[in-house]
Amino acid sequence: MESPPNAFEMRSIVKRFPGVLANDHVDFSCQVGEVHALLGENGAGKSTLMNVLAGLYKSEAGEIYINGERVHLNSPQDAIAHGIGMVHQHFMLVPSHTVAENMVLGLNTPRFFLNLTHVEEQVKALGEQYGLSVNPRARIWELSVGEQQRVEVLKMLFRGAKVLIMDEPTAVLTPQEVEILFQTLRDMTKRGHSIVFISHKLDEVAAIADRVTVLRRGVVTAAGEPAKGTTKAQLAKLMVGRDILFLIDKKKAQPGEVVLAMDKLCAENDRGLPALRDVSLQVYAGEILGIAGVAGNGQRELAEVLTGLRKPTSGRMMFGAIPLDSHTNWMEVGQQLAHIPEDRAAVGSVPALGVAENLILKRYNRPPISTRWSINYSAVHENGVRLVEQYKIATPSVDTPVRMLSGGNLQKVILARETSGQPKLMIAVHPTRGLDVGAIEGIHRLLIELRDQGAAILLISEELDELFSLADRIAVMYEGQIVGEKSPEHANLHEVGLMMAGTKVDS
Amino acid sequence: MNSVELFTLSITILFGALISGTPLLFATIGEIFSEKAGVMNLGIEGMMLIGAMSGFAVWFNTGSIGLGLLAGMLLGGLLALLHAFITITLRADQVVSGLAVTLLGGGFSSILGQPYVGQRVPTPFTIALPLLGNIAAQQLTLVILGLIFAPLAWFYVNRTRPGLDMRSVGEHPSAADSLGINVYLTRYTYVIFGGMMSGFAGATMSLITDPGWVDGKTSGLGWIAVALVIFAAWDPIRGMWVSYFFGLLRRLPLDLQNPALPLISTANNPSVGRLMDMLPYIATILILIIGSRDSIRRRLGAPAALGTPYVRGERGL
Amino acid sequence: MKLNGTNYRLRVEARLDNPRWIGLASSVIGVLLALFVGGFVLKAAGAQDPVATYKVIFKEGFGTFADWQAGVNALATNTSCPKGKLCFGPLSDTLVKASPILLTTLACIIAFRMRLWNIGADGQMFLGAWAATGVAVFLLPKTTDRWIMLTAMGLAGTLAGVAYGFIPGFLKARLNISEIITTLMLNYVGYKWIEYFVVVGPWSIGDFESTGRFPAPATWPRLTENAEKYPITAGLTVHPGIFLGIAAALLIAWILYRSRWGYEIRVIGNNPNAARYAGISLARNIILVMCLSGGLAGLAGMNEVAALRELNGRFSRGYGFTGVIVAWLARLNPLAAILVAILFGGLLVGTKLIQPQGIASMLQGVILFVVVGTELLFHYRIQLEKVEAVMVQKAEGVS
Repeated sequence: MESPPNAFEMRSIVKRFPGVLANDHVDFSCQVGEVHALLGENGAGKSTLMNVLAGLYKSEAGEIYINGERVHLNSPQDAIAHGIGMVHQHFMLVPSHTVAENMVLGLNTPRFFLNLTHVEEQVKALGEQYGLSVNPRARIWELSVGEQQRVEVLKMLFRGAKVLIMDEPTAVLTPQEVEILFQTLRDMTKRGHSIVFISHKLDEVAAIADRVTVLRRGVVTAAGEPAKGTTKAQLAKLMVGRDILFLIDKKKAQPGEVVLAMDKLCAENDRGLPALRDVSLQVYAGEILGIAGVAGNGQRELAEVLTGLRKPTSGRMMFGAIPLDSHTNWMEVGQQLAHIPEDRAAVGSVPALGVAENLILKRYNRPPISTRWSINYSAVHENGVRLVEQYKIATPSVDTPVRMLSGGNLQKVILARETSGQPKLMIAVHPTRGLDVGAIEGIHRLLIELRDQGAAILLISEELDELFSLADRIAVMYEGQIVGEKSPEHANLHEVGLMMAGTKVDS
Repeated sequence: MNSVELFTLSITILFGALISGTPLLFATIGEIFSEKAGVMNLGIEGMMLIGAMSGFAVWFNTGSIGLGLLAGMLLGGLLALLHAFITITLRADQVVSGLAVTLLGGGFSSILGQPYVGQRVPTPFTIALPLLGNIAAQQLTLVILGLIFAPLAWFYVNRTRPGLDMRSVGEHPSAADSLGINVYLTRYTYVIFGGMMSGFAGATMSLITDPGWVDGKTSGLGWIAVALVIFAAWDPIRGMWVSYFFGLLRRLPLDLQNPALPLISTANNPSVGRLMDMLPYIATILILIIGSRDSIRRRLGAPAALGTPYVRGERGL
Repeated sequence: MKLNGTNYRLRVEARLDNPRWIGLASSVIGVLLALFVGGFVLKAAGAQDPVATYKVIFKEGFGTFADWQAGVNALATNTSCPKGKLCFGPLSDTLVKASPILLTTLACIIAFRMRLWNIGADGQMFLGAWAATGVAVFLLPKTTDRWIMLTAMGLAGTLAGVAYGFIPGFLKARLNISEIITTLMLNYVGYKWIEYFVVVGPWSIGDFESTGRFPAPATWPRLTENAEKYPITAGLTVHPGIFLGIAAALLIAWILYRSRWGYEIRVIGNNPNAARYAGISLARNIILVMCLSGGLAGLAGMNEVAALRELNGRFSRGYGFTGVIVAWLARLNPLAAILVAILFGGLLVGTKLIQPQGIASMLQGVILFVVVGTELLFHYRIQLEKVEAVMVQKAEGVS
């Protein structure tokens, strides 16, 4: 049977950024009516490639053909005019505007006066047609994440997109919502749309894709392979270049005393809405308690409350025998409490200061680093040299400002700082986000090591695979509440997924 | 004095407030546009100064107030162009650049304005109005201009297409960019517009509301405008009201010199007048304090991307 | 563009490294560019030959080599300065101007390091001058010993500055009110405050808008007071105030680079979130730093008023803004500030007699503006690269 025509073809695309070759003569094409997955690790160049197709970046070399015709895409408008629409990982929606207002952004009509009733009707009709209903008058910040994604898709369909690029769309969805999304995508292909599905998740790719292209470090390692014919292990190897282990080899946990206890903890988020509702948990020494949940259900606020960055509105926390409240000296507590923050650049480090100065962030005001008034910089230097070696941090010198380091090395600096003090409790929030497989393995190993040394670890993560392989117990957060607790041996993905979507399941 | 005289006096004071507040109105609303698009322009004072000086200089050499106002507008816009280049294209810190621009405008206006200090000023073309007596037609025109400008500005920001684009650029520049809106061009446009309004405002001060040029003519009004933008919650209509209020504060020492008010006249108490001069500045601090309580609850407030230079992500993932 | 048959293209890309020389280079180039631009403005304002004007400025501000040589000779032989030569005169005047500049610069440096934009050094300086005057003229008896008097003035000035800096600091720490606006507003309040006391209020003497001359102990001893013993010092009005500034610079340098507090300041200034995470109190430090900053500026006020020997309605405005510029040029480094403050002192002295007036203020604005711009330009790099011919490559196959 003749293969369907190509909706688009990218030939020999080269895209460079300062210091890195993101796309190295990449060929990529997509047939009409197919779901083509673009697979690769973080940093492989998938988003970059699609940004070129979507007109956001200009490639240094290469050609793009849409429906057989050569095109030059100089702007997002060009791409949209040719039927290419991209739904980004971080939604491109203005939160304070309504759905309808977001729809018309960048379009030629309405020209001057803002009369949107016509647009609102169109949005309603389009929504019904594709099964993506949304209230056109609602403001974006009022909508749930899943609804916002729908708006993004509608936005592209509104502009007549035939090719839809979905960049890591499932990162913010529960397993149930993912199923709904997949169904929607399949429906769309039946209507003649083509879908590019960017992902680093092998399971999803296997579930939704017709064909798979794998990128590794800017180069195509597998082009348009039929998804049915390739195993997960083969795909993983193409992504990474070597065999990777799917399960960490770990001993059974030996839980000890309670290190961290939370009793009916309540807190508000930045908007003043409740983020934590009566959260009660215990974490024991020598175990890893995983917190599962779609991002945005209170995990960030939980970590902030536990590390003193946010005041709870009610409830109690105990660190061993010490209550954590408004009288707590967090600097003191910080000696025994390690925290890997969610956003390593924004919270975890001081970008302009050197590696050595960052490493002493938690200990700068106690001996041997400092005396009464001043800091002993030779001790700082010594400490820096020691830790750089121990944790194998790649840096030109201990005085290099940390903003020059790569993501992985910055995470190592943070880890070195946090774990070198033999902490009793570690709170790790998405510790492996944005890192490549090698770094992820390293961090997983470190966490298990810490656990075996007797530390209590609270691991907040979006990756269920990570939680299932590392955690001894898994608690699920939904809308600020703990909706269930399971042990990984007795739980399955489906149950946990239900909990993540709000259904309480008995443990 | 009887009630008629009191009424007349009040109207006069009120009108004085409108006149004094109108330059502030233009500068404030101009800055609202700039900030709605996401760029903070602390150089308002410098732009007003250079507008005031150049406006006066052009009038002095051509005899035309209109040309003077135009010149002020252009020079203000030019200075704003510099600020825009540094903060949008070179992505400098908006605070420092604004300060540099103010010093630049201040320095230039000081040195180039030397020959114009103490020179003759435009003579007002008076018309007689009931209650107010003889007032300058230019001042009346200016006030009316301001009263029209504010609602027009509000309409543009909230009810038009370009206003929507502007607000998107200030709230979520990546979203606007991804849909083909030119973030840089938009920001340049409104920063320059804000600068033009500030330059215009300065020119109105040296030509209409308080004719004449001295070094440092605007005495901090540009800074007050920055605060007013916050107090007005980035709304042009509110900006209008607070500008008039501050016009009143500025006029107070002058108005109270009226010997018709023997009890509180400052003509007999010059030192009180000096202390009253502090009023607008202290009032600014006070309104910021009051405003700070509100804004926490208000939540809708500053444009989300205000103050952050826009960079289309360089490292692709 | 074509070269030798191959296509080339210019590309501008961001730098990845961060060499030290960028800071110095951008400051130097900034100043040179500013002088260049300033030359045009001078021309527009009627000066005939900008280069000659600059030469005169330098001569007035520092003196020529010949002057210095003559001065050294006179020092060695303990004679007075020969006629026709300026010897150390300009240098002395420059150091006098430099001392308040240095202090306001340090005030700005310590605040800016924490990203606290204290633009109110002027107002704080005025309040310091006011307090020092109050102590000197109205509090202490005229016969107080000089050093006690000066110390009391210094303390008063510093404390007044501390209090005046506390206000915006408190408002920022508790209510998150922009310190830019509050310090600026307080500048104007400070100007009016002195005007009130000295022009129309309780401190003015008769119709003169001034407190009148200070009693002798309330003034700085001048080098020229030693003219009998050392004739070379005749006419040199330099005073110990400059040492105050240098001592403060050393103190601030130690605080920033060696003390725990300095570490906290630098962390907060670079990433307040990380600081909060480390348990560093933002509110406390905002208030403390604003107080220190205000205190330094207040001290500058005392410095100036003890040098001027009276407080009148024309008390020097603008040192606060000069401080901003010098701080930026010195890259927020207190030790570099000493040198740059002296250079700026020379600028102010050198432009005193130049027509048109206001050159200094114009140059200051241009300098800051150009320095800010060039600093950023240095973060980019221009590359010449080949435009490659399009090659179609087969992707690696899957085995």
